[in-house]
Amino acid sequence: MTGTVPDMAPSGRAARDTSSQYSCGVICARGLEKRFGERRVLRGVEFDVPRAGFLLVTGPNGSGKTTLLRICAGLAAPTAGELVADVERARVGFLAHEPLVYRELTALENLDLYGRLYRIPERRERTGMLLERFGLWDERHTRAASYSRGMLQRLALCRTLLHEPELLVLDEPFSSLDDEGAALLDRELEERRANASFVVATHDPDRVRPYATSHLALA
Amino acid sequence: MTYLSDVAALARKDLTLELRARDTLPAMLLFVLSTLVIFHFVLPADSSELAAKGLLWVAIVFTALLGLSRAFTAEREQDVIDGLVLATRDRSAIWLGKALSILVFLVLAEVVALPAFALFFTDVGGGTIAGVVLADLGIWAVGTLLAAMATASRARELLLPLIFLPLAIPIVIGGVGASVAGHPGKYVAFLGLYDAIFALVAWGSFDYVVTE
Repeated sequence: MTGTVPDMAPSGRAARDTSSQYSCGVICARGLEKRFGERRVLRGVEFDVPRAGFLLVTGPNGSGKTTLLRICAGLAAPTAGELVADVERARVGFLAHEPLVYRELTALENLDLYGRLYRIPERRERTGMLLERFGLWDERHTRAASYSRGMLQRLALCRTLLHEPELLVLDEPFSSLDDEGAALLDRELEERRANASFVVATHDPDRVRPYATSHLALA
Repeated sequence: MTYLSDVAALARKDLTLELRARDTLPAMLLFVLSTLVIFHFVLPADSSELAAKGLLWVAIVFTALLGLSRAFTAEREQDVIDGLVLATRDRSAIWLGKALSILVFLVLAEVVALPAFALFFTDVGGGTIAGVVLADLGIWAVGTLLAAMATASRARELLLPLIFLPLAIPIVIGGVGASVAGHPGKYVAFLGLYDAIFALVAWGSFDYVVTE
């Protein structure tokens, strides 16, 4: 991807303006700013992710990576600036720090619930295929509460990929995964990079650098 | 698959969670029964029916508050609300699904509470039952929205009663009126109007509550 700045633009003075006067790929930001009270978390963030683009987001703790990803996923609104996304909310796959699954439900029940909400026509087949691919099939009737952190991350990846998202917003996707799990995720990223766009935040940029088409370094 | 199937899936999930965790309904049942027993001994034997009915409504409102305070616990502790917000086409389905499950818990608590009230105090007439049904709908509508709002706050345990109880005052006025008035029609109509207004407000505004 071209046109992505590696660091913040100097100001966040752009007002909330939805009249997009520039070309935008799947998702792009101009002068993005986010404040929590007096604390400014993001300032003047600009990027543009085209179709099949892969934006790598890096930065130290507290630099606003998670906040930026939440804005990209549509879970938070920017305080100023503009974020334009040419993708339906239902076509966004969001992997957060938490797996976003109910601990008292089994893996199968969690994915079935999300499959219903995403209105996936063949959700049982898709659920079964993903559970098998991520090595959770034998534990499909086990409540998520008794899963290890790595198994929860695998289940979270199943949830994220369940509806074949066009835009994947991944926050530390390799977190808690063992070598086998990381290899599975590598394979998924490789397979999907031609058909999906990615915004990925990580503290281990070398892991995903081969896929990245652009890099946003938050300070 | 439609909006209603989303609502049904979400409500069924809540009931499944409650069947497994059993951390809301048993607490509501214990609370409402304990309250009625305490009121039974506190209220003088020659006290009026009006006083007894008033205490019934105090018990119902605070039992509902107990259930509401637990309503979004699973979503809050595990951040699942983010996943639901992304997955649902219409975010109000989350509100409606949650509200339906709360309504089920509230009705089950009252199925136990009303006979207990009749045993300890006085008969429960048709006006009281109509008032309770309509009050449940009001609590259902406004309580679920406020519970979702309070969930986003760090002071949620403090905030929910502070914002819910003032809005529940009309429910208590209508409910007590329907219970004790000779002609409860106007109180029942008042509760119906309250329910309709707040159900529409809650349905329309939930989207803003779950977005930062």
